[in-house]
Amino acid sequence: MSDLAANLRVVRALGLRSIRQTFRRPQLIAPIIVFPTLILAIQTGGAGAAVNLPGFPPVQSFLQFMLAGAMMQALMLAANSGGIALAVDIEMGFTDRLFAAPISRYTVVLGRLAGTAALGVVAALWFLAVGLIFGAEIKGGVPGALVAIALTASAAVAIGGIGSAIALRTGRSSIVQGMFPLIFVVLFLSTAFFPEGLMVEPARTIAEYNPMSFVVEGIREPIVTGLEGRDVLWAVVAVAGIAAFSLLLSVRALRHRLRTGG
Amino acid sequence: MPAISVEGLERAFDDVFAVRGVDLAVDEGEIYGFLGPTGAGKTTTVRMLTTLLLPTGGRATVAGHDVVEEARAVRASIGVALQEAALDPLMTGRELIRLQATLQGIPTSEGRRRADDLLERVDLVAAADRRIGAYSGGMQRRLDLAAALVHKPRVLFLDEPTTGLDPVSRKTIWEEVRALNDEGTTVFLTTQYLEEADQLADNVGIIDSGRIVAEGTPAALKAEIGHPHVRLTLAEGSIAQAEEICRGIGKLLPPKDARSVLVEVERGASDIPRVVRALDEAGIEVGSLDLVSPTLDDVFVARTGYHLEQDEAGVEEAVGA
Repeated sequence: MSDLAANLRVVRALGLRSIRQTFRRPQLIAPIIVFPTLILAIQTGGAGAAVNLPGFPPVQSFLQFMLAGAMMQALMLAANSGGIALAVDIEMGFTDRLFAAPISRYTVVLGRLAGTAALGVVAALWFLAVGLIFGAEIKGGVPGALVAIALTASAAVAIGGIGSAIALRTGRSSIVQGMFPLIFVVLFLSTAFFPEGLMVEPARTIAEYNPMSFVVEGIREPIVTGLEGRDVLWAVVAVAGIAAFSLLLSVRALRHRLRTGG
Repeated sequence: MPAISVEGLERAFDDVFAVRGVDLAVDEGEIYGFLGPTGAGKTTTVRMLTTLLLPTGGRATVAGHDVVEEARAVRASIGVALQEAALDPLMTGRELIRLQATLQGIPTSEGRRRADDLLERVDLVAAADRRIGAYSGGMQRRLDLAAALVHKPRVLFLDEPTTGLDPVSRKTIWEEVRALNDEGTTVFLTTQYLEEADQLADNVGIIDSGRIVAEGTPAALKAEIGHPHVRLTLAEGSIAQAEEICRGIGKLLPPKDARSVLVEVERGASDIPRVVRALDEAGIEVGSLDLVSPTLDDVFVARTGYHLEQDEAGVEEAVGA
């Protein structure tokens, strides 16, 4: 077996472990699926009339608009959960077991991110299903849904890299968990829950340049308007940028951990 | 070629040296006991030998491979069971061994077969599909040991494999270590238990404050100490006075507690009446008195000036079990 094939096999095995771990620990799956679903239900039920406000982009329903926000929230929480789980592995010494094996040590991080990607897919499928059940239209059809799913999964990996980097650098789950409120700050300062046209300054300018806005608009486009391509393209660029940044951080953090032992 | 060869190995954390200039050699098929108190540098040494930590000085080879330059080859040759069995409580025992087989590059079907064999070997077949979080401490250590064996390593590192275990579990691990060694596996075992090193190890290295202070077979190390000692506990009377009297009989050793005196006796049992008479004449009442042959603790005391910090009660029970 070639080195690449052996490493991919390890990434797959560690990804499967990561998924099993998430589903066996309710406190990990709850934030990814349950919280965003509750927020989606509350916002859709309570603020559905917002679609009639001047400046609100044309949408079939508020639920249709909110689906991308819920998926964005779920993927960010999945990314954070992945970081927490990696930090827990470090705390209990499980990563030492992995680092003591004759594999590329990057596979330990990639395995965790593969699990995060899978959770991104699960979250995207869940929210698309919820949307369809409650009457939201997916304008881009099956291809549009697939694009939304792919963007959600890849954004989960890209943002998950930041959680992994923090986990590797600090080795403490409490610190990664401490990023939780920051996720909501970043989300509320993006176009995940509000259209940019309805925001006031300085939130509007921040949202305009927030990379998460690019990602969420890329997920939203195939749902709300169909596959026009412009927002999806910007989302791909944003995801690639975040991924490059977060993976660089992870590599540096991993090297530091291996060099210093902590 | 030795299975493990270490020359001047050092590890500093900022300005603090955890390991300073360790030299040792472990032959193929040997059980090497690395004995020392908590914080002596045992785990840091093991982490460097298993490529989990880079040395800041010196060099080491394991199974003929340099731990820095050929780290991956080292990792392919070793099995590692670290202190505080590093297990995921949410996995099942079977899942863990299968994952370990994948990490070692063993094909899936072969990995499954080996997992079944190893679970049987460590008597965990009935618990194989239960989550590890529900295992007892002894079961977790046995599982950890089984996982370390999945690729049939040439050299096995066991970092304090029995710390915190009950006597029965400890004895089971000892038997397994002996069996593995009989099959040809070289074992590098760290321990803070004197009896464990004495019972299992062909050679012992005693480490204190990051330095090896004694090395050799347990028998040779104890022979270096030479004379047995009398350990007496006072029922009544002054410890200071008892020490003064005993000093006239032989060399005083550091006591283990405030009510006991340890004195070396050149003629062994023949010196006991002399000790008892001298104390009796001084009106000192002896509560208990034992003649103790040299132990590895005596070696430790002779080299460091203090006793190895540990609780041996469990070990002694295990030996008698």
